[in-house]
Amino acid sequence: MNLDHHVRKWGPVAGLIMSFMAAIGMIRSFDERMMINPVLSLGYIALLLSPAVFGYMAARGEVSLLEEPDRNVGEGAVKGAMVGAIAGVVTVAFMLVTNPFDLSGFFPNINDGMVDVMTFHQGLGLGSLILIAISTAVGALGGALHGVGDMARAGIFRALGWVMLFALFELVVTDVIDVRPIVRFIYAAGDGLQFWSALIIGGLAWFLGVRYAGKRAELSDAAKASEAGSRLRYSLIGVGLLLLIVLPMLVGGIVNELLINVALYILMGLGLNIVVGLAGLLDLGYVAFFAVGAYGMAVLTSPLSPTLAPLLNWWVALPIVMVFAAIAGVLVGTPVLRMRGDYLAIVTLGFGEIVRILLLSDWLTPYFGGAQGITRIPGITSGPVTISGTSPELFIYMTMIFVAIAAYVSYRAQNSRIGRAWAAMREDEDVAEAVGISTVQAKLLAFVTGAIIASFAGALFSAKVGTVFTNSFDVLVSIIILVVVIVGGMGSIRGVALGALMLIGILGGPKSQGLLTEFAEFKLLIYGAILVYMMLKRPEGLLPSVRRSRELHGAEAEQDAWLKGDLIDEDAEEAIT
Amino acid sequence: MSTELAPEVAKTRRFKFNWVDSFLWFVRVAAIIAITVGIVGSFQNFAAGEGPSAVAWRDLIISSISTGSMYGLIALGYSMVYGVLGFINFAHGEVFMSGTMVGLISATLLFNNGFWESNPIISIIVVLLVAMITSTLVAIVIERVAYRPLRGAPRLIPLITSIGVSFFVQYTFAGLFGVAIRQYPPSPPRLAADLTIFGTTFPISGTRSLVIGVALVSMIGLWYFVTKTKTGSAMRAVAEDKEIAGLMGIDVDKTIVTTFAVGGAMAGVAGLMWALLFRGVDFLTGFLPGIKAFTAAVLGGIGNLPGAMLGGVVLGLFEGVGPLLVLGGLGIPGVSQLKDAVAFAALVLVLIFRPTGLLGERLGSEDRV
Amino acid sequence: MKNKRSLRFLAVLGVFSLVAAACGDGGVEFEAGELGAVTVEAGEDIQIRSLNAISGEVAFLGIPNERAVRMAVDDYGQIHGHDVSVGTGLDDLCSAEGGQQAAQTIVSDDEVVGVIGTSCSGAAEGAMPLISEDGLVMISASNTAPNLTSDLEGTAGSSYFEGYYRTAHNDLFQGQAAANFVYNNLNLTQVALIHDGDPYTNGLTTAFENAFEELGGTIVLHTAVAREQTDMVPVLTEVAAEGPELIFMPIFPAEATFLVQQAGDVEGLENVEWMGADGISVENFMNLPESENMYFSGPDTQFASNTNESTDLSGDQFLADYESEFGEAPSADFWGHAYDATTMLLEAIEEVGVVDGDVLHIDRLALREALTAITGYSGLIGEISCDEFGDCGSSVISIFQHNNLADHQASKANILYTYPES
Repeated sequence: MNLDHHVRKWGPVAGLIMSFMAAIGMIRSFDERMMINPVLSLGYIALLLSPAVFGYMAARGEVSLLEEPDRNVGEGAVKGAMVGAIAGVVTVAFMLVTNPFDLSGFFPNINDGMVDVMTFHQGLGLGSLILIAISTAVGALGGALHGVGDMARAGIFRALGWVMLFALFELVVTDVIDVRPIVRFIYAAGDGLQFWSALIIGGLAWFLGVRYAGKRAELSDAAKASEAGSRLRYSLIGVGLLLLIVLPMLVGGIVNELLINVALYILMGLGLNIVVGLAGLLDLGYVAFFAVGAYGMAVLTSPLSPTLAPLLNWWVALPIVMVFAAIAGVLVGTPVLRMRGDYLAIVTLGFGEIVRILLLSDWLTPYFGGAQGITRIPGITSGPVTISGTSPELFIYMTMIFVAIAAYVSYRAQNSRIGRAWAAMREDEDVAEAVGISTVQAKLLAFVTGAIIASFAGALFSAKVGTVFTNSFDVLVSIIILVVVIVGGMGSIRGVALGALMLIGILGGPKSQGLLTEFAEFKLLIYGAILVYMMLKRPEGLLPSVRRSRELHGAEAEQDAWLKGDLIDEDAEEAIT
Repeated sequence: MSTELAPEVAKTRRFKFNWVDSFLWFVRVAAIIAITVGIVGSFQNFAAGEGPSAVAWRDLIISSISTGSMYGLIALGYSMVYGVLGFINFAHGEVFMSGTMVGLISATLLFNNGFWESNPIISIIVVLLVAMITSTLVAIVIERVAYRPLRGAPRLIPLITSIGVSFFVQYTFAGLFGVAIRQYPPSPPRLAADLTIFGTTFPISGTRSLVIGVALVSMIGLWYFVTKTKTGSAMRAVAEDKEIAGLMGIDVDKTIVTTFAVGGAMAGVAGLMWALLFRGVDFLTGFLPGIKAFTAAVLGGIGNLPGAMLGGVVLGLFEGVGPLLVLGGLGIPGVSQLKDAVAFAALVLVLIFRPTGLLGERLGSEDRV
Repeated sequence: MKNKRSLRFLAVLGVFSLVAAACGDGGVEFEAGELGAVTVEAGEDIQIRSLNAISGEVAFLGIPNERAVRMAVDDYGQIHGHDVSVGTGLDDLCSAEGGQQAAQTIVSDDEVVGVIGTSCSGAAEGAMPLISEDGLVMISASNTAPNLTSDLEGTAGSSYFEGYYRTAHNDLFQGQAAANFVYNNLNLTQVALIHDGDPYTNGLTTAFENAFEELGGTIVLHTAVAREQTDMVPVLTEVAAEGPELIFMPIFPAEATFLVQQAGDVEGLENVEWMGADGISVENFMNLPESENMYFSGPDTQFASNTNESTDLSGDQFLADYESEFGEAPSADFWGHAYDATTMLLEAIEEVGVVDGDVLHIDRLALREALTAITGYSGLIGEISCDEFGDCGSSVISIFQHNNLADHQASKANILYTYPES
């Protein structure tokens, strides 16, 4: 039997991934979280994702943009089954090899408990066979999925997707639908969906999707190029914004708290977007400006601020904090003006660390509180009303205001003279100098603007949490903000928002929890994997600016767009209309 | 169109340049003054009998040099990859960490059946091999999976990919080995004791002299490899200009893999040194040393191998002796906390004084300004 | 027939409630205080929560506490016919914003009465404003920062919020205990202090500094290491230069291990005594040969003979139960504090709960008052009495010397000093 090249490639890969997940303890840890009570836990979904996905990919074979791939259910199922079988065998081999030895001294997660979960609680003998069988079956399903017609496939994905969404985001749904009987109907007592609610949700998703597929396609076409289209686009955006404004009032405290964290990262992402995305300066010490904003606000407003306690109102202190940030931007920007890109990265990282260490030091404790931080920072007081972390449904609006300001500044800057100067500088610094752009001014302006936006986030953070400790301002935060900007789409405002929503909101930020708290242990592992995957497959990010796409893919992007039939050149469009 | 700048623009540009230049001059002067006052203050303290004794200073300097040698070994990997491919391989710190962590398994096994204590030299060599092989493998796999597909991409992309790889490897090890810090078995007593050659006892422990010695030997070996062997010349050619080297018949891919492998091997050696000196390792062991090693590489001059080693030793001295010598002399309380800040400040100052690093850069034609 | 009867019953009830509403507070047995009350319906559970550091590097602190809470709930049994539910264990991420986020999750559920947590003092700073404002109570088994309660002399701490209690000791206490021991028992007057930038360790070294200087001793150096620092020779050189007789480093195992291992490389530290605190009285540090003869201060852990009066469980039995359920010994020493905190809360709930048929009313203000009034409660950690600012810890600090590398429990029983001195 001659195994197909793709089967030979993906089979072992799937098996390795399954073994890997088991060895790092992911399967066992995820097994604690029920998705569909009582049959399906997140652990098994994670485990069986590999044969499903790789079964699908083996069935797909080579992908080419010009030809439509062959779609054959039978063939696909066979290929998928083979992938699943190989994956199962590899995983069983892994277990058989490691089980006889007591490796828990070195590898605490490779133990009997792991084997127990992997073999569906049936022990190595029977369980291994079950594992191979189920893996083969799932692989077959994945392969078959490739073969079914487009409509059916879309329907299945939609149904599965919605069921997963409801299962994973139980906390949000429960927070929104605050009525006990309904919640009890959908979700089981221990967490997870009830079996029937899973079926209902899946069925509804499929049905509604099919019913309104046509309408959606129409809307999407209409929203494109034409004049009427742009009016429709704007009204859609308007509705979206309206929903955004109303959203905090509908959801409870938990979701609002999460939204504030997401919004703060959007804010910082927008600032870093200006420095990295627009001006092309790789700043890995961005958290320093966040810290300046937070500590600045703390020192100026808290009654417990050591030495000087001016006890200013948040709004009065804000311009002063902005000045601090601007000074910091100049101090960081000036030494790096003449440095090449990668040196810039490490030096800015160094600056970030220097700021954190100084704030923590015993030497500067009389000014910044040192290890004890500064506590009792009041919230944002406007007249009789004080908004702080205890009322997240109000605080989110404060954050939204500043996000809007930053977005506006970003947008205007992008399309202004300085924006074009930054773009030119990013492309080729020497040429930019030659045509008369002062790169010194441009760079400093980028740093200062980025610093000021970060200081907004810092000031808000201070007022929200009420205490500042230096462990909130380490290098990991800088890197995560960069990841958000890049994964979302560098240079694009929507991209930053999407990146923050997906990464911080769902996976969780470096210092906060996202919606999926199970992932906490593996958060950074997943961040790393996402980052590598994005860079390999789609370096411009999820929602890039057209210019960025063009830069990174050049002719390719335009070709793809032409092939797919939706070439939208925003700049050209504006020039014409 | 004339390429001369319009007069107003030229005027503002000149003004801006003066402002920036004078700021940098101010920083240079202020740094020199502060450092001098600090050192003088330390000498005064010393003369008055306060502060560390002469013996303590000596020990501190030796210890800093040995730590710095380790930074240098790791920096070699950064420097080589930067020279050949033009980007910072953030994951190199994790390559180093993987060597120490896997080496720990072999060391523990050897210790548990008594071999470590009875045959220390063979044990150390075994662990060294394990560490080197692991680091080399990890480096090669990373190159193949994450960097080779990005060969032609703008430099920012592989850099960001390397950040992703760094997280991934760190937390893979966290998941595999657990988060608790693990200890290597203690250094064999003969090694931990002060170095005795032909009856004279030097005031440096065997372990530390081994670290410095191994670093020197590795440095010389690597220099020989790069300058005298064919593969080494191929590496230099590829570093100089990838395209032309390819046209001249050099297998570019293989050369790049060799670069990563050699860098990985050096990191593996550093891993063993770390294990002998500090003994405690966990999945985060590579993070800060990785950043510092890159700092060292930049300090010495990126792409420049002797520069990387020199940068490492200099950085070790700056961060070990600097706080006590300079900041202590200035009367700042609790100086040891500021160690890392001193290291990074040193980087900034060196780059302000000498933007191409101590021994100058050595870059390919694409990267040269 | 049944329908008519229930209809009539409903009508009566309807009239009753209308009358009650119209008359204000007449007629109904239960009246909520100014903080409101929790009503536990028939068949529903009483809700409490556990908020500890259960992930990351400090998980070894938080996990035993959460487990102890669950064990206490199981051991205590029902309250007025209702089960007690702990729900999902929440994570405080050992940071202020983590504490605030978790507190938000807690207060979003109207039915939660109280919380056992947090692990880290910083997290409590973030959590308490929310918890206090919504009328809940929080009892910590691990927070020791003085500013969360008081200065033990009648002034409220800068971050004191109503509704906060703790069974862990106040750091001012431990600072005093350690200082007394070093000055009076060891007769040493020159001490160097090392902290690691964490508010807890820094708070403890500062408390020691103040107490020690008041006794007449000298702090020759107060310095710090950074978390995850490995090369300790520079800081040890700095310490050795000042010639201390004892080094007090109330830090955590990772950095402490490097310090004691590298101390041999630095001249001048040969005769120095070393002292740590509860952060390093854990297995992986006490296994080190270098830790032999070190002094450790911390809350008294000789609970073997103590019995919790609510569940009749002794310390020894708890450890046996823990081991059999989780397959390992607790990784940190505050399990007794967590167990007692839980039983205290449950006792208070039982005391103030007003039974109304199948329904249980728990007045929030009454609950706080009940907790503040606790005196002479026998818990695993000893006798517990709460002061007006929430410090309920039995406040016995003991200092032992590590003299048995093989048997750590035996070492911990080698107590050289107890504070308050009897």
